Amino acid sequence: MVHGALQLVHTGIKGSERSTAPGGFLLTIERGTAVHPPSASSTFEAGVKGEPALVVRHLTKRFGDRTAYADVSFEVAHGEVFGFLGPNGAGKTTTVRTLGTLIAPSSGTAIVAGIPLSVENGVEIRQRIGIMPENPGLYDRLSVTENLEYFAALYGFRDAHVRINDALDAVNLADRAQDLCGGLSKGLRQRVGLARTLMSDPQIMFLDEPTSGLDPVAALEVHTLINSLRAKGVTIFLTTHRLDEAEKLCDRVAILNTKLRTVGRPADLRAQLFHNTLRVRTRTPLANPGAFFATLASINEWHSNEPGTYELEVADVQSAAPDIVRGLVGEGADVISVGESAHSLEDVYLALIDDDGNGTAS
Amino acid sequence: MNTFSSARLMAVIRKEMRDYRRKRSIVVTMLILPFMFLIEPVVAIFVVPASSGVSDPRNYVILPVLYLLLIPSIMPSTLAAFTVVGEREQGTLEPLLTTPISQQEFIAGKGAAVLIPTMALTYGVYGLFLLAVEVFAKSVVSSAIFGQGSLLVALILMAPLLASWSIAVGMAVSVRATEIRVAQQLGALASIPPVLLILILAVGVIHPTLAVALIFSIILLGVDVRAIRIVAKMMNRERLVTGSKPSR
Ligand SMILES: Nc1ncnc2c1ncn2[C@@H]1O[C@H](COP(=O)(O)OP(=O)(O)OP(=O)(O)O)[C@@H](O)[C@H]1O
Ligand SMILES: [Mg+2]
Repeated sequence: MVHGALQLVHTGIKGSERSTAPGGFLLTIERGTAVHPPSASSTFEAGVKGEPALVVRHLTKRFGDRTAYADVSFEVAHGEVFGFLGPNGAGKTTTVRTLGTLIAPSSGTAIVAGIPLSVENGVEIRQRIGIMPENPGLYDRLSVTENLEYFAALYGFRDAHVRINDALDAVNLADRAQDLCGGLSKGLRQRVGLARTLMSDPQIMFLDEPTSGLDPVAALEVHTLINSLRAKGVTIFLTTHRLDEAEKLCDRVAILNTKLRTVGRPADLRAQLFHNTLRVRTRTPLANPGAFFATLASINEWHSNEPGTYELEVADVQSAAPDIVRGLVGEGADVISVGESAHSLEDVYLALIDDDGNGTAS
Repeated sequence: MNTFSSARLMAVIRKEMRDYRRKRSIVVTMLILPFMFLIEPVVAIFVVPASSGVSDPRNYVILPVLYLLLIPSIMPSTLAAFTVVGEREQGTLEPLLTTPISQQEFIAGKGAAVLIPTMALTYGVYGLFLLAVEVFAKSVVSSAIFGQGSLLVALILMAPLLASWSIAVGMAVSVRATEIRVAQQLGALASIPPVLLILILAVGVIHPTLAVALIFSIILLGVDVRAIRIVAKMMNRERLVTGSKPSR
């Protein structure tokens, strides 16, 4: 048995729902044994479970001599929550518009919900997908319900009112149903836009910055909503500037800066770019940390910025952590906490975008 | 494959009507404009003949009656010019185009939503005018109007054709415009050809016989079909969203 309090620490991710995110990396240490995080790796690998929801191959879009995005290729599996990140002007919205058949790519191909992207297939593709644009775009002189009625009619729903009520309930807007949209606040408009997208019950939902302008509680509600859509098997293509949100919600993320910089699970991206580091805190500083850490084979390097706190660079956190804890306990140290000092997705993002020179795409 | 859905068409028309009704400036413009174009004919038909002797009443009534064709020519251009750029400015065009609606349904719905109120008002005003002629005008004047079938045919047949022309031009301008105000000013130019046409007919360069009225109507129909085709081609989704021609 380990003596001294052993605390569960996860320094990389902040947020209350982290344990529900398959992409999140949760290291749990109990009684000296490491419990591995639920492996989501293979289930969401694109292409493993039948045909992917989205296949994008060498897609490029130019407006005159300005390139919105170039040579973008990726796949998104059914039921996956796919984060699409990148600085302002990176081409995220243009990509969403292209995949949503609103604008034609300059070159490259894509398959959306099983249908090849082309002008002729537009109506059929749009029947299967839902897009919530950056700007919710509501008819200000119509009420919330009337706005939704219009869209329900365009989709040809017979059970329009059931769908409208369900969608409004899902975004907590039932009590504002009769209000004119012109009088709604930004966040409420955003929620009407979300309700409109939910209503059509799409296979793939494109959400372009769905939480921009939302207060923290409303944003959390959207996160819960996205998780419940995930549970229903809806594929979600999520564009966001909030990296904590992407980290919390997304199975995989892509980072775009006109060109696609990377695609992968947040944890894998972190692992690719950064060394794994364990942070250990003891009640009293170790007498001779250098000599002690040298005895543990799993530690590659270590440093300490303050007495009693040690950053240990290891090859594999999963196997190293129990070893180190055993070693420390054997040494008679009072361990207060052991945690993965994980780099956040933000670190990954900044590292990749900084490589490109500056923060904004040209 | 595109299958034209009349349900979607109706949805567009219904929504447009709802939207107009709540926009006071549109309602007021739509109601006031026709009556402004009634002033000249009313003065010419009811006031002038009472004071001065009119040599040939049959020729005299042509100009004031054809003047009524300005109503369907001018009234719809403002509304039509608003259709696309108005939605683009509100940001509603993009979500609208993410639905299964096809370009054809969009154009037809938007066009019909302008044409229907235009024609309702135009024919309503015609009805009132002709009723007033029947009841109040001097009998030489009223028989000069009702006795000329070609004039009435021109009035009734050419109204929707002129309106369609204005709507097509207004929508074409609307697709290209980036600002509502500019679109509405340019859209008003659509009424120049109809005004010229009416002038040619009215000053007697060509005498409005039944045959002339029919020929003009057929030509107008041909022009309208062409104009609508051109507009339909312009209504590329990308252009609708971005306001500029898709570039490759
Ligand atoms: N219609 C257009 N005409 C010309 N250039 C365009 C058009 N739409 C987008 N662009 C350009 O394409 C690039 C990508 O724009 P896009 O809106 O896709 O970026 P984004 O990643 O969504 O940015 P943000 O985070 O600010 O929303 C930008 O340089 C933009 O100026
Ligand atoms: Mg954007």
